[in-house]
Amino acid sequence: MKKEITCIVCPMGCRMTAEICPDGPKVTGNTCRRGVDYAVAELTAPTRTVTSTVRLSGGGSVSVKTREPIAKDKIFDLMRILRTATADAPVRIGDMILSDVFGTDIVATAEAGKEA
Amino acid sequence: MCEKHDIVIIGGGPAGLAAAVAAYDAGVTDVVVIDREEAPGGVLRQCIHNGFGLHKLGRELTGPEYAAVYAKEAARRGIRILRETMVTALSPDRVVTACSREGILKIEAGAVILAMGCRERSRGALNISGTRPAGIFSAGTAQRLINCEGYMVGKKAVILGSGDIGLIMARRMTLEGAKVEAVCELMPYSGGLTRNIVQCLEDFDIPLYLSTTVAEIHGRQRLEGVTLISVDENRRPIPGTERYIGCDTLLLSCGLIPENELSLGAGIPLDGITGGALVDERRETEIPGIFACGNVLQVHDLVDYVSDEAELAGRSAADFVRGISPAGKTLPVFAEKGVRYCLPQRIHAGASAPVELYMRVAQPRERVKIVARSGERILAEVSRRRVAPGEMEKITLKPDALCGAEEICVSLEDL
Repeated sequence: MKKEITCIVCPMGCRMTAEICPDGPKVTGNTCRRGVDYAVAELTAPTRTVTSTVRLSGGGSVSVKTREPIAKDKIFDLMRILRTATADAPVRIGDMILSDVFGTDIVATAEAGKEA
Repeated sequence: MCEKHDIVIIGGGPAGLAAAVAAYDAGVTDVVVIDREEAPGGVLRQCIHNGFGLHKLGRELTGPEYAAVYAKEAARRGIRILRETMVTALSPDRVVTACSREGILKIEAGAVILAMGCRERSRGALNISGTRPAGIFSAGTAQRLINCEGYMVGKKAVILGSGDIGLIMARRMTLEGAKVEAVCELMPYSGGLTRNIVQCLEDFDIPLYLSTTVAEIHGRQRLEGVTLISVDENRRPIPGTERYIGCDTLLLSCGLIPENELSLGAGIPLDGITGGALVDERRETEIPGIFACGNVLQVHDLVDYVSDEAELAGRSAADFVRGISPAGKTLPVFAEKGVRYCLPQRIHAGASAPVELYMRVAQPRERVKIVARSGERILAEVSRRRVAPGEMEKITLKPDALCGAEEICVSLEDL
């Protein structure tokens, strides 16, 4: 399957065409090696860091992120989980809010509650 | 009551915090930061997405995390941050007037650093015709409501303006369950970073309509829809290209305006293009002892560069307090062919460290070089495979290049 991919490795923003062929990946339009790596990752297993917020049980919310990028096609499944999740204040940056979702953890990215 | 402090910093966002830490580390420890919010961090507190800090800290952080790094550094040094305190006036002799719940406060400052940031261009400033229903937000207001206050602003949205905040909000609205019908951009190119076009629009199949604007707003109580219209190369609407999109929310991401009311009150001359103060290479305005940095000086793409600029302003303010002044005459810097603006607008010929000139190009171009000249002499040049107004460029002048230079002109030329 051929795919048009805009490289985001650097500000050049090369418009590449990438295809996985039987004899390996074929990438055109890139101007450096890093573009090939990015295109192959995008074609085979694209991942994204997801950021959102989680409700605090005592009211308000706290911002969170996936500790590691997750598979791109799991983003909306993760959002459904985050919509019902809650955390208890006080929360410090880096605190684990949910463990082991889609192969990573959800951690707080801000302080919330009394100790902030 | 009038307090005295060596350095007063107006604004506790990324610029103010980095400036405070740098001034302290340069040996001036009596530093006070004044911020109107309940906690320092400025706009980063609502920027919960990641991508901050790659250049400066070597890791990818979210906005609140990046702000916390600097807030912690300030706290570790015991730098005082006055929260929920609004500066209402600044005088040219550096008396800062502020008000808080405790009342009115006056501070005589040895040096002042302006770090007030920006505000967003509003619907009124854009002159969009139509009714005045609920459901029209600046993108940053919607961002604050969703990320900090916990209110979802709508279900079906159109975003006008493809600057970074608009792109980020297209993704954020989509993740929170809204349908983003389109992002419209008046210009024939996006004003946002490529990375954001890919990860915020293409990832979610949100269409980006270039050379398109909102011609009319419909709806009485709540927004019901907008009429889009294509524009020609002179940005004039093309009759017959109108199309209607039903939506309950319109987000405006149409540019940031440096918040310089205090600067104007102090009589600080501003640059007509950047909307920020005219500064020298140390980020000193044309009023001695008043410095500026961050988005109140020029709108940056990346907070990393805000921190760099703020550290420079912080060190310069510390120098001023200790009576160290720059050497040599001042050389004016002009933006010419293809360059929209260049900052700083003047440089001291005796500058001992390399001087970085920051600029934005007028339009997207490929295979160009950025050249800084003094008369016929080339002071510095760099080549670029691609430049765009959405990506700030810089060129570095070495101290020996400034020797004997007169006025400096920066232009964009074909390779």
